[in-house]
Amino acid sequence: MSLSEPSASGRFGEFGGRYVPETLVPACQELEAAFRDAWADQTFRDELDALLADYAGRPSPITECHRLSEELGVRVLLKREDLNHTGSHKINNVLGQALLAKRMGKTRLVAETGAGQHGVASATAAALMGMECKVFMGEVDMERQALNVFRMKLLGAEVVPAMSGSRTLKDAVNEAMRDWVATVENTHYCLGSVMGPHPYPWMVREFHTVIGKESREQCAKLLENEIPDVVTACVGGGSNAIGIFSGFADTTAELVGVEPAGGAAVGRGVPGVVHGMKSYLMQDEFGQVQEAHSISAGLDYPGVGPEHSHLSSIGRARYEQVTDAEVIEAFQLLSRTEGIIPALEPAHALAWVIRDRAKLAGKTVLLNMSGRGDKDVAQMMEILG
Amino acid sequence: MSASLADEGLVIPDAPTEPGEFEHSLRSLRDSGRKLLVAYVTGGLHDEWPDVVRAVADAGADAIEIGIPFSDPVMDGPIIQEASELALRDGASPVTVLDTLRTIDAGVPLAVMTYYNLAFHMGHERFASSLYEAGVRAAILPDLPLEEVGPWARAADPAGIETVMLAAPTAPDERLPRVVARSRGFVYAVGLLGVTGERDALAASSLVIARRLKAITDKPVLVGVGVSNAQQAAEVSQVADGCVIGSALMRRVVAGEGPAGAGAFIAEVRAALDAS
Repeated sequence: MSLSEPSASGRFGEFGGRYVPETLVPACQELEAAFRDAWADQTFRDELDALLADYAGRPSPITECHRLSEELGVRVLLKREDLNHTGSHKINNVLGQALLAKRMGKTRLVAETGAGQHGVASATAAALMGMECKVFMGEVDMERQALNVFRMKLLGAEVVPAMSGSRTLKDAVNEAMRDWVATVENTHYCLGSVMGPHPYPWMVREFHTVIGKESREQCAKLLENEIPDVVTACVGGGSNAIGIFSGFADTTAELVGVEPAGGAAVGRGVPGVVHGMKSYLMQDEFGQVQEAHSISAGLDYPGVGPEHSHLSSIGRARYEQVTDAEVIEAFQLLSRTEGIIPALEPAHALAWVIRDRAKLAGKTVLLNMSGRGDKDVAQMMEILG
Repeated sequence: MSASLADEGLVIPDAPTEPGEFEHSLRSLRDSGRKLLVAYVTGGLHDEWPDVVRAVADAGADAIEIGIPFSDPVMDGPIIQEASELALRDGASPVTVLDTLRTIDAGVPLAVMTYYNLAFHMGHERFASSLYEAGVRAAILPDLPLEEVGPWARAADPAGIETVMLAAPTAPDERLPRVVARSRGFVYAVGLLGVTGERDALAASSLVIARRLKAITDKPVLVGVGVSNAQQAAEVSQVADGCVIGSALMRRVVAGEGPAGAGAFIAEVRAALDAS
């Protein structure tokens, strides 16, 4: 199977939908229609492809990790999304959405951000296209990712702290949705992951399928079997994972998403509805959404994109959990053996490979290196002393 | 499209044609020439919240919306967010709020206003019957729009819970009649583009949406979101059948004005409505 379009109501199996305040329903319908139209329009596709090539630096290479592979006994390939402009995969989605927003006549972007990577990408696209940009970021995350806050400001965006609840990504999403309810006439909500109300989970996936498409072609040339045994990526909302999975869903490759143990929606959640979607969600006995706790601000989220819930429930992908301590190990090991400092988010996927290296012995693993670690260096300096 | 929604089990059942108890009560008052006032009170906020409910009823609210606090209230502004957070910190849950509600004889119809996940998590049938047993007759779920309301409405309608639908300024003309047709209890006209909270002046959009709705329905049309004081309540009720007051009331409760302060404020709004 390849990943399919959602149903008429925006569902992947039982997950997804459009659970938004009435005020936003027409905006979501308009966005869905505009995206369908744009995605079928070769002019739009060409314009986006040109931006991805000339501005973002695509295609991103695949790097074979010789020293790491030798140390682990597992052949590890990295899809280098960390080498994109702005330092992560987030730029793929943001360029698509900003281009679409412009086509819809919107003049302003509002976005949420966790680690700041999506906020930086949104601010970048807004600067490029001459749009206004406001980014909501949890107060806690603003402290641990001060460098990205400054980058967003340099790029001309306004950064607003989300002060409610856990003051992390979940609350930044709430604030962005509240802003959008008030400004929907001239504003596009540039959502940063494969989550939220229909059409976002589908649209954001489509903007990231470029990762899977390139990887598939690159693996065909690089690997004797053409297909890796395992494709793995970290999962918060799950956009980088769905992007790389999309290239291999119709193959024999095993698809493995890796969640932080403190924010494992698939691993520890039950179906629930928040942020416009039905999906696995960490919640208490009454349905109150629980706060996630992860070393990585980008994965510090109690929910997950609905398509991941679906892929898990039908058994096409499986989801593992790793601890903060395992992530810190992985972060250091990759830096030391390959000269690549990973972001804490993709370090989760590597942490799983390290832990399961005995089971993976002799296999080929393609890992989505979704972002570079510069943003995390200050935090790691404190942790490692 | 409708065929595939049927495949997905998402068909929206027609609302029962007869008004339920809640709507019947509001209609009778409206038809007697009274402007309607619905007050919102966050359930579980301070031990005295049952007294706030009684005081607000005694001061002239025609119905009361009890907010069951939710962790992620995306349709609410700072005041109701704070009220919800404080109540949750005090241990409020759907169970504690409904258990307490059972003991309050407010003498006016009760609705709950909460977010869909609490109903989904408990199960639609169980949530609807828990509401009914607690004396509640209507429910407002602001993150459950028309297209998603089917599975809940199929449980709520037969359980005697009237689901109030929100009608927003952004709805095109072809959409409003469908929202109105599915709305029970009353039609909740969203007064402005934005979340709940006080505003300095009544938004022009609140009169526009009220007029659009009054032109297509004889169900009670109440404007909420951004109706902040007695004068604004009177102004909007020139066109609408009345209004919902939430944040302006809860700001006083959060500030510690207690049942007396809450009652005094509602009495002031009541007087302005009666004089208009």
